[in-house]
Amino acid sequence: MSTAPQPKQGTRPVAIVSFAQAPTQRRIEQANEVELLMPVISEVYAQANMTKDDVDFVCSGSTDYLIGGPFSFVTALDAVGVWPPKRESHVEMDAAWALYESWVQLQEGDLDVALVYGFGKSSLGDLQRILALQLDPYTMAPLWPDQVSLAALQAQAMIDRGLATEEDFAGVASRSRRDAMNNPNAQVANDLDVATLLKEEYIASPLRRHCVPPLSDGAAAMILVAGDRAFDVVDRPAWITGIDHRIEAHAFGVRDLATSPSTTKAAHMAGVGEGDVDVAEIHAPFAHQEILLASALGLSSATTLNPSGGPLAANPLMAGGLIRFGEAANRIMDGTASRAVAHATSGPILQQNLVAVLEAAS
Amino acid sequence: MSDALETQDPVTMLSTPIRLDYDFTAGVAQSRSLRGYAEGRFVGQRCPVCKKVYVPSRGSCPVDAVPTKEEVVLPNTATVTTFCVVNVPFAGQSIEIPYITASILLDGADITFMGLIQGIPADEVRMGLRVEAVWVPKEELGPTLASVKYFQPTGEPDREISTFREHL
Repeated sequence: MSTAPQPKQGTRPVAIVSFAQAPTQRRIEQANEVELLMPVISEVYAQANMTKDDVDFVCSGSTDYLIGGPFSFVTALDAVGVWPPKRESHVEMDAAWALYESWVQLQEGDLDVALVYGFGKSSLGDLQRILALQLDPYTMAPLWPDQVSLAALQAQAMIDRGLATEEDFAGVASRSRRDAMNNPNAQVANDLDVATLLKEEYIASPLRRHCVPPLSDGAAAMILVAGDRAFDVVDRPAWITGIDHRIEAHAFGVRDLATSPSTTKAAHMAGVGEGDVDVAEIHAPFAHQEILLASALGLSSATTLNPSGGPLAANPLMAGGLIRFGEAANRIMDGTASRAVAHATSGPILQQNLVAVLEAAS
Repeated sequence: MSDALETQDPVTMLSTPIRLDYDFTAGVAQSRSLRGYAEGRFVGQRCPVCKKVYVPSRGSCPVDAVPTKEEVVLPNTATVTTFCVVNVPFAGQSIEIPYITASILLDGADITFMGLIQGIPADEVRMGLRVEAVWVPKEELGPTLASVKYFQPTGEPDREISTFREHL
């Protein structure tokens, strides 16, 4: 009989026991958010052989700025079924932070099962303008800088520092989209070599189209279970043995864009370096960010990066970080990995970083 | 700091105009209701578990969290469950005050929606009042609830509160 590994943070072991996602698409025109979520939530329950009545806590991640309407997370609850009344919460962040809140709730000890989900449709508005509104509202947002240009500043800072080259960026994109050919939920999957990719025009120098994530509509859901009860749900639960979240300054001018000290600190607190890492799912929407983050996480070349294809293959906002946790958990649950790292980011050019270590029970 | 700046008053306010444009996805279920308005009828959906009828439906039962597939066409007749007398003028107002906005429970439905009441003095509107929908002329019908001009009294006896207490 396996026993749950003791977590580095908190006192109560918590595991991911099921994960489902909608196949990511450029534009889901027919389904609204509720209709997008319903099959995903049904599947996550079915995998765990649970119903809504087994869930003690519900937490979601989404943003009204994507849909252009107020309280869209409340209407999304139509997909969840919150009667009789349940404890419920929402984060205006990627759903990976809804996982984090759920993990904290489960530490309290009076709740055992949490449903976490996130959803986002980038197709409804102009994402470049929408994302500009997460910037400093006085000096930055009125300039409407688009996220691709901001990411290009970061990529150029890495090149200037000698940390990576445009060939390296193309290498990440080539590998990610090739790996995505085995991922039925991916949106951009192809087999193109570095030389071919480098022939593309720049979108924002030094970034070419292949360095940039697709615009995606999508949703994902997950069930967390605390304690040994997780073994009743699945043979190899993905235990969250370490988790930490760090934030950098909002103003770019005071940050060193070529490094990610918040990721390094979070990785240290989560215990990433305390054992071999078989697989890492890194929430790096831009190709150069995978190189930056893998370094900040302290990963060695022995770690398989983003075998799902990562955000370069599918990038549904507000679900993309949770999908990293789900893909990493799936590698534990399917037995291909024993120790994995999941990373999620939020805010402009990697401002916030959440890092977790997922492990199988020994 | 330069002398020029020292003589300036501090900036205490700035205006940063923001405009965002969006497409709206009504969804499969709500699209059926919207097309129903264009045909001059109310279209809802029934939950396969609790059998409640939602109009308009969002495609799911928020109680049971299951998809609602069965379509239900509802009649024009309804009951006022609760209401509000609007006495406050506001910009863009198209109706003379005082007027009545009411929660409308269509016969056979299990959820109310907001509707305008006309054809009765404001001080005579009451909970349980029986009303019917008055649609705009056929050529003006469209996929919008604005296709319903208003609800007017039918003259039937009022419904007891006990018959719609669950829907308040």
